[in-house]
Amino acid sequence: MTKFSDLTRLPDAQGHFGPYGGRFVSETLSFALEELEKVYLSLRDDADFQAEFDRDLAHYVGRPSPLYHAERWSNKIGGAQIWLKREDLNHTGAHKVNNTIGQALLAKKSGKPRVIAETGAGQHGVATATVAARLGLKCEIYMGAEDVERQKLNVYRMRLLGAEVHPVESGSRTLKDAMNEALRDWVTNVDDTFYIIGTVAGPHPYPAMVRDFTSVIGREAREQSLAQIGRLPDALVACVGGGSNAIGLFYPFIEDEEVAMVGVEAGGDGVETGRHAAPLTSNAPSGVLHGNRTYLMSDASGQVSETHSISAGLDYPGVGPEHALWKDVGRVSYVAANDDAVLEAFRELTRIEGIMPALETAHALAHAKVMAAAMRPDQHIVVNLSGRGDKDIHTVAKLDGLEF
Amino acid sequence: MTMNRIDQRFAALKDQSRRALIPYITAGDPAPQHTVGFMHACVEAGADVLELGVPFSDPMADGPVIQKACERALKHGTRLADVLDMVASFRETDQTTPVVLMGYVNPVERMGYETFVRRAREAGVDGVLMVDMPPEEGAEVAPLFAEHGLQSIFLLAPTTSSVRAATICAHGEGYLYYVSLKGVTGAASLDVEAVARQLAPLREMTDLPLCVGFGIRDGETAAAVGRVADGVIVGSALVSRIAENAERPEAIPAALKAVLGDMRDALDR
Repeated sequence: MTKFSDLTRLPDAQGHFGPYGGRFVSETLSFALEELEKVYLSLRDDADFQAEFDRDLAHYVGRPSPLYHAERWSNKIGGAQIWLKREDLNHTGAHKVNNTIGQALLAKKSGKPRVIAETGAGQHGVATATVAARLGLKCEIYMGAEDVERQKLNVYRMRLLGAEVHPVESGSRTLKDAMNEALRDWVTNVDDTFYIIGTVAGPHPYPAMVRDFTSVIGREAREQSLAQIGRLPDALVACVGGGSNAIGLFYPFIEDEEVAMVGVEAGGDGVETGRHAAPLTSNAPSGVLHGNRTYLMSDASGQVSETHSISAGLDYPGVGPEHALWKDVGRVSYVAANDDAVLEAFRELTRIEGIMPALETAHALAHAKVMAAAMRPDQHIVVNLSGRGDKDIHTVAKLDGLEF
Repeated sequence: MTMNRIDQRFAALKDQSRRALIPYITAGDPAPQHTVGFMHACVEAGADVLELGVPFSDPMADGPVIQKACERALKHGTRLADVLDMVASFRETDQTTPVVLMGYVNPVERMGYETFVRRAREAGVDGVLMVDMPPEEGAEVAPLFAEHGLQSIFLLAPTTSSVRAATICAHGEGYLYYVSLKGVTGAASLDVEAVARQLAPLREMTDLPLCVGFGIRDGETAAAVGRVADGVIVGSALVSRIAENAERPEAIPAALKAVLGDMRDALDR
């Protein structure tokens, strides 16, 4: 039995989280990853670097983000109190910027004039384009052609910010294919290019590095819970695609055994239909994609499956390797929310609290609602409100039969 | 114990002071029923070792030419199990040409390593190159491959540090696949002088044959690389011919032979 305190000592030196993670990459990438690991390890504990990171988070991103008591919604549900960690109020409108600021600073310290990124919903692309603009770095974004269509607003935002957006036409034309293309760019341009991965997946050291940058969410939420609730919450809930916002919230609580944690994957049409993006909930067999071993949706012959979700940001067949381990050791439970329930939660929070969440975030809200209803009013749930919903207005309007 | 076919072939080439010509094609491209015929055509045109690509949905280290080859093969549902059947079928009439499976780790992982090594051996596979399985990650399954006489082929890149190169040389078997340039398969230019400089220190580390791939497109580049390496690996140049003739596959064997024949002549000249 793994002690939860042991979980904070991972990954090992080779980037493994138990059987997951690692560095499954072509030799052409090994040097770049070794170099990145060296830079990251040297700066991680560097006081000046941390001070610069914290300063940017405070004055550029606008941290700390509030912990907001959704009182009206909680009362309507009639169970536990729901608190929202307002990452939607960050500059650029989502949690993604925390990680992007950190990696862009690393790019600058490494002397790399060009950054590239993959993006699904476009939030990570926007966050990358934003910090690239601020630091004067050349920026190119890879985005699945289907997502370019689904997220036109974010595509235009990135272009306004000076980034070049490349629609990726290969494979399933979504997030995983964008990541393939970004990796291909990186091996070709490794001398002058820094690859800013947007989630806790990819080869070592990305999962650990992204976790460390994004954990500011949970560190704040923990302090805020103690100050505002007077104790730690009973449960944390966050949506999981690759899993960066969930890790950001969960990680600083990992040793607090009394705090339950639930990661909510994209159930799409329902896990039982096969049309979903929920590798953990559906118990997908372990596999290797994008440099790490994890739960991976693939067919019986090992071809990676096409996924389905109403939200582009969760449309990914794998999941960060640390989540895979947390599932196996029972520290976090993983469930799925279906598209229907997600849309309902999206509308409900908008109408009752005046907060329009991203469709990704609405997965967490949909499940929090179910949990809260089964809990007592003196219990508390913290939900990571990972992003705002402006980018999804077109998707929702289309379902309402409207076109702009 | 009998010598592996790969070692036998390189020993023979060394005796004759010749360079290995190693074609790569993606199994199942443009459709599965053609692959075995293409393999024989390559041998007839002078191939010494065959690299047979196992199609994968996410070929991260490959350029557009081989990505599209994977897509064509997968459209016909070419699975790893089918690729092994193709090798078995090839072996019915060719017991001497070494065959190396090249691909990504996930199809193997999904089949299960024990099943894979047993079936690969039965089919007549000699070596395996899993692009995204460096020796560090493969340490656990390496004994299983060795036990079944499957040689592990590894990549070396221009950016590989000398520390890593030593590790890779220590774990490598059969031959080393030296990637001639930064980038994905099918990339443009190749600097033979640079390759020569980079191969020199590797010669100090290993007696394994050093074969060079990426950027070899015709007799001229093959001959230039052949002057500094023990073998040349040609992939995208062949796969492009397959793509051009995908609608009339009966023309493909001759097209493959034309490309390989030029290279064979240039290498032996």
